[in-house]
Amino acid sequence: MAGSPSVSAFDAPDFDERVSARRRKGLVFATMLFIATVFGLVVLVVLLVDVVLKGMTYLDADFLTSYPSRFTERAGIKSALVGSLWMMGLTALFAVPIGVASAVYLEEYASRGWFFRLIQVNIANLAGVPSVLYGILGLALFVRYFALGRSLLAGSFTMALLILPVIIIATQEALRAVPQGLRESAYGVGATRWQVVWSHLLPVAAPGILTGVILSLSRAIGETAPLIMIGALSFVAFLPESVMDSFTVLPIQIFNWTARPQAEFRELAAAGIIVLMVLLFALNLSAILLRNHFEKRRAG
Amino acid sequence: MPDSVNTAETLREEAEAQAHAAPDGLPPERRPAPEDPADKTPTPRPKIEIEDVSFWYGDNKVLKGISMDVAPHQVTAFIGPSGCGKSTLLRCINRMNELIPGTRLEGRILIDGQDIYGDADPVMVRRRIGMVFQKPNPFPKTIYKNVAWGAKINGYKGDLDELVERCLRQAALWDEVKDRLNDHAYGLSGGQQQRLCIARTLAVKPDVVLMDEPASALDPIATAKLEETILELKKHYTIIIVTHNMQQASRISDETAFFYLGELIELNKTDVLFTRPSNPQTEDYITGRFG
Repeated sequence: MAGSPSVSAFDAPDFDERVSARRRKGLVFATMLFIATVFGLVVLVVLLVDVVLKGMTYLDADFLTSYPSRFTERAGIKSALVGSLWMMGLTALFAVPIGVASAVYLEEYASRGWFFRLIQVNIANLAGVPSVLYGILGLALFVRYFALGRSLLAGSFTMALLILPVIIIATQEALRAVPQGLRESAYGVGATRWQVVWSHLLPVAAPGILTGVILSLSRAIGETAPLIMIGALSFVAFLPESVMDSFTVLPIQIFNWTARPQAEFRELAAAGIIVLMVLLFALNLSAILLRNHFEKRRAG
Repeated sequence: MPDSVNTAETLREEAEAQAHAAPDGLPPERRPAPEDPADKTPTPRPKIEIEDVSFWYGDNKVLKGISMDVAPHQVTAFIGPSGCGKSTLLRCINRMNELIPGTRLEGRILIDGQDIYGDADPVMVRRRIGMVFQKPNPFPKTIYKNVAWGAKINGYKGDLDELVERCLRQAALWDEVKDRLNDHAYGLSGGQQQRLCIARTLAVKPDVVLMDEPASALDPIATAKLEETILELKKHYTIIIVTHNMQQASRISDETAFFYLGELIELNKTDVLFTRPSNPQTEDYITGRFG
């Protein structure tokens, strides 16, 4: 500046700044982003309102405590709701320990060779496999080969396989996010690998693992295709009493009702959808609450 | 990782035997460095012997055949420009580098004459050779648990409360935290956290304490306190400290090693190295002509 007194600090002869044009572009961009956001919301709200309006006629206590029926006024969702809860419980029971254990092995124990990369690529691919393929696998493996029949057990094994890759990937990411300094300081006082994993890595990674687990369970609760493949029934007028009993779940019951020609059954389906959504919402809410709880404990 | 329980047991038994043989009745953690009675020469047997150690990250050779001895009960400072290998060498002494995939070490490191690689169990090695890291990294637990955890997992049979108090006193932190031992460690200041990390290291009764730029994240007041603590600790422990701060090296260390490009350029008494360095490269570095 001292060398060229004719040029002020704001003059930039080498630049064509066009600030107002750039700002206009930015405004257009921001508006598009806003519209995209609102679009998703509007569609969601319209769907919700539609479902709620249709389903409210049938949604009452009787709906939750009755078995399905040919007569719409007596039909209920009891067996499907109980079936879904059983499925979730069993699926989590099988998938969570195996998924978390695999992830801990891959992140903390496995040496980084070709075998590790092979497994890693396969897990990532499995997470993207269409769920109906898991249904075919479940049919061949659990229903036929292990002769579990169309049981809750066969269904939840299949579901567990379906969500396993997601749980593994979520857990691996949660473990990877644990600072290396924490590992080193724990090893530094003479801890074995097991002690480091159990006392430090898993507690710190717990919120991330939980989020992954519950998100994958919410995916499983809405899945229909694999369960149809393994032959879950669509008309069940009893509650499963053991894991070997046949069963149905909410999405199958809903699917079944929507396939009926009468309009009343479609309203029943809408009521079923509301129940399913409330269940999903409860699951996600519990995920958030649990995560906050763990994070607070860590910080406090 | 080759783990041999036998060697680990032998290591522990010998350490215990030495502890019990201590003639002055000091508890094991206060015992002076084990000395051969026949070896009452002015220069005691080295605590740590580094023999021709080379180290690779992948194909990148970062240590090029380093040999040096570290005497017991003194502070040895490692200095040198960034990337000279001083931290890497430090982390080889408690096998911390093994946690990084794709690394390789050649040569031997002996503590009290025993090879810490080969058949030795890295878990045993790391308990005997504690480490304080550059960034204060307490466990996300209470102050009490930070100190007690290491002792607990290593099967400490004594009184944990007493151990926690003693270690916090040794780390000059007791008076500041004695009323809030069950508070979370993250509530402490950076300097306090670093002294907590020292207390945590002392709780497993190491005889060597490695410090990797322990004051680099601290303000001058916290640094002064940390240095006081280090000088106090050298009565009971052999200390190696990596530092970028040459004033710090000259204030607290007895011997200083200067590293450059993966090689040990000069190892000397600290006052000699900083006043009459025998190597021109050392002189260039300490006078600020490069690095």
